[in-house]
Amino acid sequence: MKHKPAFLFTCVLFLSVTARPPEAVAQDDREIDITHLGARRIPISLEGYTGEVLDALRFDLDIQGFEVTGADKAQYVVSGSNNSDVTGRLTDRVGKATLLSVRYTGGTLRSEAHTLSDAIVEKITGRNGIARSKVAFKVENGQNSEIYVADYDGHNAKQVTQDHTITRDPAWVPARRVLYYTSYKAGNPDIYVHDLQSGTRRAFARYPGLNAGAAPSPDGRRVALVLSKGGSPDIYVCDADGSNLKPLTRTREAESSPCWSPDGRTICFSSRHEGRSALFVVSVDGGSMRRLSTGGALNCTEPDWSPDGKQIVFTRLAGDFEICVVPAGGGAMTPLVAGEDPAWAPNSRTVIFTRRVKGKRVVSLLDVPTKQIKDIQQTSGSCSQPCWAK
Amino acid sequence: MKYSKVLNLSVVVLALSLGAAGCQPRPHAPTPILGRTGNPKGTGETFGRETPVTQLPPDQNPTVRGDIPLQGRFNPDEMTPDHNRFAANTVYFDFDRATVKPSETGKIDEVVRYLQGNPTQAVQIEGHCDERGTEQYNLSLGERRALAVREYLVTAGVQAERAFTISYGESRPAVPGHNEATWSKNRRGVFVLLTPK
Repeated sequence: MKHKPAFLFTCVLFLSVTARPPEAVAQDDREIDITHLGARRIPISLEGYTGEVLDALRFDLDIQGFEVTGADKAQYVVSGSNNSDVTGRLTDRVGKATLLSVRYTGGTLRSEAHTLSDAIVEKITGRNGIARSKVAFKVENGQNSEIYVADYDGHNAKQVTQDHTITRDPAWVPARRVLYYTSYKAGNPDIYVHDLQSGTRRAFARYPGLNAGAAPSPDGRRVALVLSKGGSPDIYVCDADGSNLKPLTRTREAESSPCWSPDGRTICFSSRHEGRSALFVVSVDGGSMRRLSTGGALNCTEPDWSPDGKQIVFTRLAGDFEICVVPAGGGAMTPLVAGEDPAWAPNSRTVIFTRRVKGKRVVSLLDVPTKQIKDIQQTSGSCSQPCWAK
Repeated sequence: MKYSKVLNLSVVVLALSLGAAGCQPRPHAPTPILGRTGNPKGTGETFGRETPVTQLPPDQNPTVRGDIPLQGRFNPDEMTPDHNRFAANTVYFDFDRATVKPSETGKIDEVVRYLQGNPTQAVQIEGHCDERGTEQYNLSLGERRALAVREYLVTAGVQAERAFTISYGESRPAVPGHNEATWSKNRRGVFVLLTPK
């Protein structure tokens, strides 16, 4: 499958007036403490857009810390049109300045809208936008599940596997169009590595027993995984060619969900080693596993380390499933919303996760500081195990 | 007592497998899984090479007792599965537990007797979970359940190479529904009889 690279869009700047540096406009939002919840949403209005472009812009801004509102209440106004191409002029009503004036050409209207919203987010907050990023998830229909990739909002979903069995645990290789996942195609849960560019794949781990939870390292050179060939599900790490396999845990209890610290030195995972599932960390070079304090939260699983290294988001079971964050070094945890299986976006601010709705699962986005939630466009079936391309 | 038997057997298995690989022998309490070659096609010759473990130092030196083949004669990929033969022998588990309950052991003993009388056959043990765990956690828990049943078989005298495990996590419930009555039927270990083709 082919993805049209974002840089193919021709971005024509025909006017760009910045009355004062954007940092001055949005200082409060740049160094935002992600655990500081109840962060103020920035009021912004959209003028002149219709249909799909309006929907896409509203979705993009609502999930990235903005509140799309009427022009009278807005601090920023985006005015433009979507006749044949998307144009946009961003003005600061308070500072009385035009921050951006652009016209896009060359992509679909939808991709032009995402490109505009990324420019708006970057201009106002200084953060990189996420509207042109990709996600992968599992779609279950009946007894079988297949892997899909899609735009971050769930649009343009494409089926990656045709295995007609259980296929699960998708994970992107950072900065590459390559996925690891587990498929039962050969009658056993085995790990495959799948190049989305060429459409080819190969078996990556076919050991006896369980082969699951593959997590490529931030530099893509190594892979953490769960294998049970030693007699119990343990965390292992190996090189991207499958060599140098070594166990990082040796417990009699079940381990699951390895994830990497952004410096590639530490693996965080879930284990029942001390009787209840909890988060642990272990050096990728070996050594003892150490419990990560989650401030008394019990039954913690599915950790994911933020790309900026500061936070670990995870699921706890407290009656129902709840998404929580904890500082990467451990400490007080902050419950966020009901849901499970969270994964960070490249911006270390947005999280993609799964919600259970009437016996079915849906994939949603969460803006952590404002706790805004939006369901992505669902593919027919039960959608879960989302992960973000980074 | 039961545990130490398992330990001894696993020590033997490990000693053999590690000895064959030319590494320093290390004991590991759980029984390693035999059968099914670990080398995926086309991933390079070095795939599967083990490097020394730094965690959990050995607590006991293994001794070699008897001759257990490194690669078992049994490979589940090359056998015909029968899902009905042991339909009445499904083992049930408590919520979030992978321990074989005393109430379930009689059903496993029947499987043990069958396997002892039919030495060319093997079993695959499916581990399943209810929907109340997270998905990756449940996949590991299901495997742990299947392995717990397997440990019981091995302890009872079935050769380790004749008992395979596969976890389905929560993705193959026996019955649909979202209450304890259905959950308790979905937390299970299922025996599939394997016959050579």
